[in-house]
Amino acid sequence: MSRSFYCSFSANELNAREGILSVISRLKNFGLSEHRLNEIQIALAEAINNVVEHAYENNTSGEVKVTCSMHDANLMIEIHDTGSPLPNLELPDGNLGPLEKNLETLPEGGFGWFLIRELTTDVHYRRVAQTNELKLTFSIA
Amino acid sequence: MSLTSTAKDGIQVVTVDAERIDAAMAIQFKDDMRSTTDDGPARVILDLTKVNFVDSSGLGAIVAAMKQVGPNRKLDLASLSPMVGKVFRLTRMDTVFNIYDTVQDAIDAEQDDD
Repeated sequence: MSRSFYCSFSANELNAREGILSVISRLKNFGLSEHRLNEIQIALAEAINNVVEHAYENNTSGEVKVTCSMHDANLMIEIHDTGSPLPNLELPDGNLGPLEKNLETLPEGGFGWFLIRELTTDVHYRRVAQTNELKLTFSIA
Repeated sequence: MSLTSTAKDGIQVVTVDAERIDAAMAIQFKDDMRSTTDDGPARVILDLTKVNFVDSSGLGAIVAAMKQVGPNRKLDLASLSPMVGKVFRLTRMDTVFNIYDTVQDAIDAEQDDD
């Protein structure tokens, strides 16, 4: 059984919020658990925010395209944009640094790729024809 | 303003009046926290009852709010949704903040200086 849907929106933070909520709402029809949908929403939001803030650097005319498809027990979410490539054309490691108890040095960012890697079963990036293609795979056990 | 604040018995309870502290909301939240918690009681409880989603921008803004409150005062968190709790646990920020199930639990808690 294979089911899929597609949506797109322009790259600003409010459209990104609506886009994320719309994708999650439509994924409910795939029969995913609330718990898994929560995890998917966290990873999806980080991936889309990266596109808006870094690939397009808040160039709000950029288009973000999201395709979701179920393949047996895997949900695949593909995100395409025509913004700047990832540095070195590579996925960031997304490691969390040591968490210091010192208030002043607590990190206020750098969580995004960590959360994506932690919550996906698989994540792939490639640059094709001036387009960033990020594939997030979630196994639905 | 994304926040409502009440102060009683040396505790300020700041309620977030938004469903999401996300990239679109983070800067406003941080600014509102700065003006709301500026020069208040020594203990601030951030009531997240209405918030069902926090992303990394929102998490960073909450960390920033704790820094703004300063070393001589305390910012505790109450009433995290399952999704918000998950973000705090994954990033280990649950070890940095005191987190309570409800605002009342936070108010009732004995404050130990750790």
